[in-house]
This record gives sequence, C-alpha cells and structure tokens, in this order.
Amino acid sequence: MMITRILTDVALMSAIGGILALIMVIAQRWLSNYGEVSININGKRELKVTGGNTLLSTLSDQQIFIPSACGGRGSCGACKCKVESGGGPLLPTERPLLTKEEMASNVRLACQVKVKSDIHIHIPESIFNIRRFNSVVEEIIDYTYDIKGITFKLIEGQSIDFKAGQYVQLESQPYEKIKDKVIRAYSISSKPELKDRIQLIIRQVPDGICTTWVHKHVKVGDKVNFTGPYGDFYLRDTEADILFVAGGSGKAPIKSILEHLKEVGTERRMTYFFGARTRKDLYLSEEMQAFEKVFTQFEYVPVLSHPETEDNWTGKTGFVMPYFKDAIRDPKNTEAYLCGSPGMISAVTKSLKEYGIYEDKIYYDSFG
Amino acid sequence: MDISAFVLFWAAIFTSNILLTNFLGMCSYLSVSREIESSAGLGVAVIFVLTVTSALNWLVYNYILLPFDIVYLQYIVFIIVIAAFVQFLELLIERYAPALYYTLGIFLPLITVNCAIFGVSLFMIIRNYNFLQSIAFGAGSGIGWLLAIMMLAGIRRKLKEKMVPQGLQGAGISLIITGIMAMGFVGFSGIVQIQ
Repeated sequence: MMITRILTDVALMSAIGGILALIMVIAQRWLSNYGEVSININGKRELKVTGGNTLLSTLSDQQIFIPSACGGRGSCGACKCKVESGGGPLLPTERPLLTKEEMASNVRLACQVKVKSDIHIHIPESIFNIRRFNSVVEEIIDYTYDIKGITFKLIEGQSIDFKAGQYVQLESQPYEKIKDKVIRAYSISSKPELKDRIQLIIRQVPDGICTTWVHKHVKVGDKVNFTGPYGDFYLRDTEADILFVAGGSGKAPIKSILEHLKEVGTERRMTYFFGARTRKDLYLSEEMQAFEKVFTQFEYVPVLSHPETEDNWTGKTGFVMPYFKDAIRDPKNTEAYLCGSPGMISAVTKSLKEYGIYEDKIYYDSFG
Repeated sequence: MDISAFVLFWAAIFTSNILLTNFLGMCSYLSVSREIESSAGLGVAVIFVLTVTSALNWLVYNYILLPFDIVYLQYIVFIIVIAAFVQFLELLIERYAPALYYTLGIFLPLITVNCAIFGVSLFMIIRNYNFLQSIAFGAGSGIGWLLAIMMLAGIRRKLKEKMVPQGLQGAGISLIITGIMAMGFVGFSGIVQIQ
C-alpha cells in the first residue's frame, strides 16, 4: 500500500513537471522562432539569416566582423552602426553610449540590437576587410613579471593586411571555471610588413578572464583564433612632429609603428614617453633606445612614477605630463599617439590640449 | 470564507497590503525601487503574474492536488507553476516589448522567487477562497504591491537630493521608510478584516 502511494505520487509529480516542461518547449519554439530574415547592408548586399540573435553575432556568423572591444556586453560602444529600419526601439542599454546626434541618425549598438525582422543597416566598407584568422602560438616571451609578448603564426597560408597601430580581437577558450569563450581587443605590436604572423603584448589583469587565459593556459603550439584588423589608431602620413605616450602594455601599437617607420624611413621628429611604476615594469628598453640610432630625430623617455630605492633610478620620475614641455616645439604641428589605461588617456589628453595640441590630432584607442 | 470578491480585492490593496502588512516580496521591492520607471514596470508584471498564478494554482490545487490527495506537495507544485509561468512571460515580453524586457532585465527572474507571489497562493488555500475570490485577491495583492513599490520609489527619488546619514544610506533608510509606511497602512486595517 505504502509503495503504491509513493509510486503514484512520484508519477503525478513527474507528470505535472513534464506537462509544464512541454508547454515551455512549445512556447520557446513558437515565441523565440523569428524564422528567416534578411539583412540588407549598405543597400548592396542582402544576407538571409536566422532571426533571434544580436546583430553583432548574426553578422559575425556571416563572416562580417563589426569591431567590439568589450565582446558584446554593451560597455565599449565600439560596435556602433547605422540601422536604417527594422532595429526596433532604442534600448536603455544603448542610451549611455550614444550622443544625441547619433540617436537622431539611427546609430545603434550592434551588440544590443536583436535581429527579429528584415533589417537595413549601413556599415563602412572597410569592415569587409576584417576577417577571422586561425593561428598557432609560435613564441611566448616574458617581458616583465606581468607582461608577456606572444607571437601568433597564421596557418593555412593566410596573410593579414593592417596598418601599424591597429588591433585584433582575440577569442579565448574555456578553462577551469570559465565556461564561455570571451573576446577581447589587443593592439598588434609587430610591424605590418610581417604578413604571416602577429605579435601581441598582453598584461595580466587580476581576475581578467582573457588575460588569465593567455598568461596561465596558452602554450606554444596551441591554436588560437582572432579577427581583425580594427581601429582608427594608426600612423597618419604627414610631416608633423610626433609625440608617443604609452603605459603598461600600451607599448604594443607604438612598437609596431616604430618598426614600420624603420622599414619605410622617416625624417619626422619623434619623442616617445613611456610611463611605468618601477624599474621592474620597464621592458624592451634596449630595443626602444636602439631606435635613437635608426632615426635622425627620435628620443625614448621612460618615466617612473614610484621608483624604489634599489632601482637606483637616475631618469625622470613622477607623471609624464610635465616633461611634454621640452618635447613639444610646435604644438600646432604635432600629432600625439596615446596608448594606455583610460585614466592615463584622459589625463594626458587634458594636458596635451593645455600645451596647445589640437584635439583632432590626438589619437588613441578606447578599449571599454 | 464568506466575503465578497469585490471587498477582498480592495482589502488586498489597502487593509491587508501584501507588502506593508505581511512584508512579503521585500527583495525586489528594495532593489528595484531606485527608479520609478522600472518600479512601475516590475509592479505591472507582478500584478499580471499574481493574478494569473493565483488562478492557475487554485485550479491545480482543486483539480489535481485535492482529488489525488497530494496536498502535501503543494509548496513544490506551486513553485514550479510560478517558475514556468514567469519563464513564459519572459519569452513573451522579449518578443513583444523589447524595451520593457531590457528595463526589467535581471529583475524579471526575480519575480519567480518573489515571496509575495508564493505567499498569495498559500493564503488563498489557507483561507479557503473560491476561484473568483482567489483571482480578486491575487489582482488586489498585485496592485497593493505596485502601490507600495511606487510610493517607495517616489520617496527615494526625493531622497536623492537629501542628506542621509552615511550608515543609513541605501537599504537602511528604505527599510525605515517602509516601516513608517506600514504604520500608515495599519490605520486602514480596522475597516475590513480578512485575516
């Protein structure tokens, strides 16, 4: 008697749960099924895709890679694109990253817009250059205790065309408790003349998902995918004086620019400020100093903010900003290239404007 | 219980406000009340979920749990009915009101574990309500919850420009305000007694 009671109760309970689960499955089929929709790009290309996902991921499935530094979390604003029709209402998650003008001209964040009906978008033609690359880790160099330089060799005869200073987006693989891939942006540190491999300089961020993966799990010979090249941070072809300012792993794009200039030759006057905390945060110093012999007018200026007594540091100390004074001779004819933390970028930009450098001649990447 | 559904509806809003007299549904009440718009959105969702789940759970109780004599499973059954319904509602909102979906965002799943929803289902069983009374009680409780969270959101908006002692900022001052509001609502309690 007891046993039949237990069995019927269990059966009833399972039936209730089963019926509810069935209803959910049917609802999911019916409500989350947006069928096949079309994406019209720049009025020229028409893609047939399955609806329901974000515009960013739908396009990347179609091998069209819109830049996204934060990997679709809606925090960097890099994936802005024009959605002429079919994007639905502007979402509260987009508002903080869009200006009034952008909202008025239908600019949206591709990572927030969901493709649910036929959609009409506008993206710059240069985005079609962006591709997905497969590579093998060729070399890992420890530059400092928390900065590594990693060289990725492209496989299957692929080659990459980029401008010195641009960045790629690395896809991390799941490890330990991290179940999902993440996508993060890193500047290329090798010269564009090398088309079959790229080098990235990556600093370990405490608890950073992608940087921990790179520092603790990636080994020589591993297969790694990335997309690119992205970004408006590249050397402008002018005769103006140049001020490079970098901190931490921000050396990467500037290394690429300098190595590229070495290949093509230049007479431009250049000063390179590198900010670090202590001597053990400095790296590639000989290589940078060697450029002083390569170029006619180049100076490398490392500045330590917190030199320790055992560093025996005789160079410049404190913030980099006060030292710009001697480096800037003609502010109206000077371009500045910055790479570093958001805090450093905003402090340096403010200071450069005070020195009289035009705001539109100050170039930097803003990784969210 | 011999009380008209109409009276029960009003009683659930004012004299026996689910939040201010039973203190159920506090978690989302405290966390979402920072903004009036999201409070209103969540409040409307709670009204809808409460009304429908009290009806669903009444049917489940009277036509499945009672006849098969498995009343002792009511807690777990009520919870899965509520969870399934909220999930369903989430899919529905995402499809037809994406802006609302993004405003409620992480809060929508909170409704699943909103004690007010479960509380109403249990009260209607304990107090022996009929089908109509249950729906009226569910809808009234939802409106009462909306009323309470909107009042707190309004007060908190005013509070943003005021100096609040450091130790009381955030949840602290919200709980004190809730206590004072609850005392106000006690004033209504003599009008109708439903519990």
